[in-house]
Amino acid sequence: MADSTDTRDLPKKTRRNILDTMEIDTRLLGMIGAFVVICIVFDVWTGGRFLTPRNIFNLTIQTVSVAIMATGMVFVIVTRHIDLSVGALLATCSAFMAMTQTAWLPNLVGLPLGSPMIAPIAILVGLVVGTAIGAFHGWLIGYLTIPAFIVTLGGLFVWRNVAWHLSRGQTIGPLDETYVTLGGIEGTMGATGSWILGALAAAFTVYLMINARRNKVRHDFPVKPIWAEAVIGAIAVGAILGFVWILNSYEVPIGRLRRIFDARGETMPEGYTAVYGVPYSVLILIVVAIVMTVVAQRTRLGRYIFATGGNPEATELAGINIRFLTVKVFAIVGFLCALSAVVASARLNFHSNDIGTLDELRVIAAAVIGGTALSGGIGTIYGAILGALIMQSLQSGMAMVGVEAPYQNIVVGIVLVFAVYVDILYRKRTGD
Amino acid sequence: MPLDTQDRGTPLVEMRNMRKSFGGIHAVDDVTINLYPGEVVGVLGHNGAGKSVLMKMLSGAYKRDGGQIFVNGEEAHINSPRDARQYNIETIYQTLALADNLDAASNLFLGRELVTSAGLVNDALMEAETRKIMARLNPNFQRFHTPVAGLSGGQRQSVAISRAVYFNAKILIMDEPTAALGVEETAMVAKLIDELKAQGLGIFLIDHDIHQVKALCDRASVMKNGRLVGTVKVDEVTEDDILGMIILGKQPEKGMA
Repeated sequence: MADSTDTRDLPKKTRRNILDTMEIDTRLLGMIGAFVVICIVFDVWTGGRFLTPRNIFNLTIQTVSVAIMATGMVFVIVTRHIDLSVGALLATCSAFMAMTQTAWLPNLVGLPLGSPMIAPIAILVGLVVGTAIGAFHGWLIGYLTIPAFIVTLGGLFVWRNVAWHLSRGQTIGPLDETYVTLGGIEGTMGATGSWILGALAAAFTVYLMINARRNKVRHDFPVKPIWAEAVIGAIAVGAILGFVWILNSYEVPIGRLRRIFDARGETMPEGYTAVYGVPYSVLILIVVAIVMTVVAQRTRLGRYIFATGGNPEATELAGINIRFLTVKVFAIVGFLCALSAVVASARLNFHSNDIGTLDELRVIAAAVIGGTALSGGIGTIYGAILGALIMQSLQSGMAMVGVEAPYQNIVVGIVLVFAVYVDILYRKRTGD
Repeated sequence: MPLDTQDRGTPLVEMRNMRKSFGGIHAVDDVTINLYPGEVVGVLGHNGAGKSVLMKMLSGAYKRDGGQIFVNGEEAHINSPRDARQYNIETIYQTLALADNLDAASNLFLGRELVTSAGLVNDALMEAETRKIMARLNPNFQRFHTPVAGLSGGQRQSVAISRAVYFNAKILIMDEPTAALGVEETAMVAKLIDELKAQGLGIFLIDHDIHQVKALCDRASVMKNGRLVGTVKVDEVTEDDILGMIILGKQPEKGMA
C-alpha cells in the first residue's frame, strides 16, 4: 500500500520530553492539577480547614454516589446517547429498597425488623429493579429507536414519581442497621483493615505494571525506561497509601466512642482512641471503578461500546448487534443507579422524596468534566470519577467559605462550560 | 486464463435472481451474477443502479427479499455480516468502515478480537499480529497507537484491506477501494488486487473508473435501474461498449459472457 509522506518522515521512536518518556496521560495530569489547585485555594481560604482528614473523609463519601453513576454515564455518552433519568432512577431504586426493608419484608413476608437477611434482600431488590428499568430504557432506545434523550427525559418524569407513589410521598426511615453501614460514616474499615486494603491495592498496582511491561517485552514493543516505570509506580503506591493514611488519621470523636461503649454496656478505657479509616461506600466505588475500567479497556463489550461511539455503521458491519449493546449499556447504568441509591439512602439513613434530585445533571457534568466527549467514542472511567471529585470539592469548598447555594451552582455551571472549552482546546492542540 | 464460464466448473459465488426493494423502489430486480476463483468481476453502473445494494446482500449488511446465494455450489444462508464472515466473505467499504477513535489493531480485529484465557481482549497479541500483516501490506505503516482518524487515506485503506487479508478472505468485495486515494496509493491497491487474484481469491470490484475496470477486471457486470444489463469479458469489448451499457443499458454486439 502507498503511504503518505508524513509517516515516512516519522522518526522511529523519539521521546520528546520527560512526560512523553514516562507515557503519562497529559489530560489526566491536567485534571489532577486542577483538583490540586482547587484543594490548595480552598485550604488557604478556609485557613487550613479544607485539607483536614475530617474534611477529606467527608468529601470522599459525598462524592461516591455521583461518581458511581458517572462511570456508567461514560458508557452512555461514549455510545452517543445520554441518560437524563439517573437521579429519578436512583430515587425509584431507593424507594423500592426502603419499602422492602421497612414495610414489605416485615409486614408481608414476616421477616422481623433487624433481621440480618433484610439488608441483602433489600439491596438485591434494588439492583434487580435498577437493572431491569435500565434495560427497558435500552430496549426503547435500541430496538424501538426512540432517541435516548426522549426516553430518559420521559423516564425522569416517570421514575421520580414512581418513587413518590411507592412511598406515598413520605420519608421512609430509619433504615436497617446493616444497610446504613454502606452509606459512609456508619461503616468504615478501621485502621488495620484500611492498611491491609492499602497494601493489597499497592501490591496489585505494582503487579499490573510488571505484567504490562512483560507483555510488551514479549512482543518486542518499545517499553519506557525502568526509572520511568519506577517513578510512576512509586507515585501510584504513594497515592494509595497516602489516601489510606489520611482516612486513618480521622479519629472518631470521643463522645461518639463513649456512646458506642455505653450501648454495649461497657465503660470506655481511659485514653482509648479509634479511627474511621476507609468507608465501605468508598470500597464500593473502588470496586466499581476497577470493574468498569476492565470492562472498558479489556473486554469485547467495552471495545464494542467505544467502536459504536466512533462509527456505529462500521461496528454494525463488523457483525456486532448494536441494538443489544444499547440494552446492555443502559442496564449497566441502571445497575449502577441502584448501587448509588444504596449509598445515598444509607448515608442519609432514610429514603426521602427528593433523593437524587438534579443528580442527572451532576453525573453528566462529572463525566464531561472528566473528558467524555458528547460526540461519542471518547471517555475514561477514572476521568469521570475525578470529574465527580472536582465538582464535589468545588461545591463543599464554597460551602465552607460561606458561599450561598445559588452562587455555588452558578460557579459549578461556569466551570462545566469552561472545562469543556479547555478540553476542546486540548484536543485541537494534540490532534487526538 | 479461460474466460468461457461453461468450462470453469463451480463458481466461487453465484447470486441467482436477487431482489431487494426499499418501499416501492426495486433497488435490485432479478439479478444473477457469478464469480470464479482467481477472478475479478467489476460491478458497474450509475449511482443508484443497485450495485452497492447487490453487494451488501452478499456481505450480509442487507437482507435479501428474494433470490439465492451459492458459495462453492452450495446454498449459503447469509442474513448478517457475521454469517458472511463464516463463508470467508470480506468487504472493503467505500466509507472504509473503520471506527475512527480506535487504533489500527482494534479496527482490524473488530468483532473478532483475540482474547486471553481469561476472556479479556489481548491487545498486545493483536498489535503484534497487526504489525506482522502490515509489514507485508504496507511496510511504511508505523502508527499503531494512533486512532485511525489521524491516518492518511492510504493508511486507512491498508487497515481495511489488512482486515480482509488477515482473516483469509476467499471472496472479497471492494466498494470503490481507490475513491479516496491519490495516484500512487491507487497503484498500490491495483498491485494488491493482482496479488490477491493470483492467490485464488475471487473479487467483486465496484468502481466508476472505466480505465481501472479495463485494467483490473476479467469480467464486468453492468447494472441499470436495479436490473442487470449484461456481463461482458472486458478484453473483448471497448470502453465505449461498457459506457453504452452503463448509460443506455445497451448490450454490445460481442463479448457477452
